[in-house]
Amino acid sequence: MIELENVAYSYGGGELLSDISVKLAPGSFHFLTGPSGAGKTTLLKLCYGALLPTAGHVRLFERDVRALERDDVAMIRRKVGVVHQDVQFLDHLSVSDNVALPLTVSGRHADAANGDLTELMAWVGLTNRADAMPPELSGGERQRAALARAVIMSPDVVLADEPTGNVDWEMSQRLLTLLVELNKMGKTVLIATHDLSLIRAAKAQVQARVLRISNRRVQLAGADL
Amino acid sequence: MTFDRNTLRALLVGDRHADRVVPPTGFTAQLTLFVSGAMAFLAVFALALSLASGRLADRWGDELARTATIRIVAPEDQRAIQTAAAIEVLSTTPGIASARALTDEEQQALLAPWFGQDLPLDTLPVPRLIEIEAAEQGFDATGLRLRLAAEVPGAVLDDHGRWRAPLVSAAQRLRLLGWTVALLILGAVAAMVTLAANAALAANAQVIAVLRLVGATDSYIANAFVRRFTLRALVGSAVGVVIGVIAVWLMPSGGDTPGFLTGFGFAGAGWLAPLFLPPVCGAVALFATAYAASRALRTLT
Repeated sequence: MIELENVAYSYGGGELLSDISVKLAPGSFHFLTGPSGAGKTTLLKLCYGALLPTAGHVRLFERDVRALERDDVAMIRRKVGVVHQDVQFLDHLSVSDNVALPLTVSGRHADAANGDLTELMAWVGLTNRADAMPPELSGGERQRAALARAVIMSPDVVLADEPTGNVDWEMSQRLLTLLVELNKMGKTVLIATHDLSLIRAAKAQVQARVLRISNRRVQLAGADL
Repeated sequence: MTFDRNTLRALLVGDRHADRVVPPTGFTAQLTLFVSGAMAFLAVFALALSLASGRLADRWGDELARTATIRIVAPEDQRAIQTAAAIEVLSTTPGIASARALTDEEQQALLAPWFGQDLPLDTLPVPRLIEIEAAEQGFDATGLRLRLAAEVPGAVLDDHGRWRAPLVSAAQRLRLLGWTVALLILGAVAAMVTLAANAALAANAQVIAVLRLVGATDSYIANAFVRRFTLRALVGSAVGVVIGVIAVWLMPSGGDTPGFLTGFGFAGAGWLAPLFLPPVCGAVALFATAYAASRALRTLT
């Protein structure tokens, strides 16, 4: 599904990631952890074609990312839902319009009207905030809205970059529960986080692999987590 | 950005949902509307100038090409004889439709602007003028000059070529200048729309990043901007054209008085020419925005 093979990524003359080999199998649940600045976000961006590796190969849905046309990348992003820590919305559209944005850009407006959107808004607990504007949302509501937007196209993979970075413990558990539910629906989930308590909480609910970035390389974390 | 059938359809028909994804940009919208309107207004005048110059060049060319003058410069006792001889020569020259000597009154009227109405023509050695109107096929000026030199020594043929050529050339240059100005105006519209589109794209960098993140193609994003700027340029230029045409229509007419300024404007089917300006401005805006969007989007991942 998503495969990185001997990937390196350099930025500003220095190598940020080196010799990374990771394979996200369908239905798997992964955590990516490491200290701030270790390259978690960079690795995540490599996983949805936002960055190109400086060495090695990234294969998204069996296709080498370097061989993809720009429109191909757009199509792949419809199969990969992404949630960032600093969620960005279109502030002139309502929350429900923002959540439905992936449907809008792919010409499937009708799907938003036929109940999918309502169900999704209820699933993330934002039914009563559907008509609000993004700046009116709290941090937790923004994260949940971002998650709803990431999964509205029923993607095969969900990538989340520090999804609980701006929310309290209770909200982070709620978000984690939603991500675990997605995994149980068969979605591949990769969460980049430095919050070890979140990883421990997740391991109690789902079989998760933990990858740690250390010294520019990815290692499988041990049982210490 | 590639233009296929779907792209064109999206541009023409529009997409209510797609149009909403880009936030309204008040300043660039007003700028595009205003500049398109102003440029179209100026383009109407450039067109009017060009078409009027063209008409003038044609008229001067036609009128002067078909007329000529013979001056009989001879002693007074010879003048009438040589005039009659010249008329005789002209009557047998192929390509001459008519020839007649001007009367004293007509010659006096010609000189009146310089010497006044009371000029005693009979006391002055004023040459007799013969007005020639050429037939459709024209006449051989060189041959006629040779015949006149042999048979009417006091006759000097002036076929107007000496001063006709620069006049016609000037009018043709003016017509070319009008078209050049119109093209420059369209170029300015393209430059302005490109700048405004660049500003709008830069101001909406975050919107574009979000759209790319959720799987929008470059064509989808570009269309949202292209359609907006094209419509603004269309509307702005349509308003500019209407005002420009009214302004040209309101320009005072010189009636039968011949002159460049009094003939400035449109005539006949020429009034339809400004109708082409809004679609052309729209097309220029379309390609300028598509170019700007294509360049801007290429820099994003």
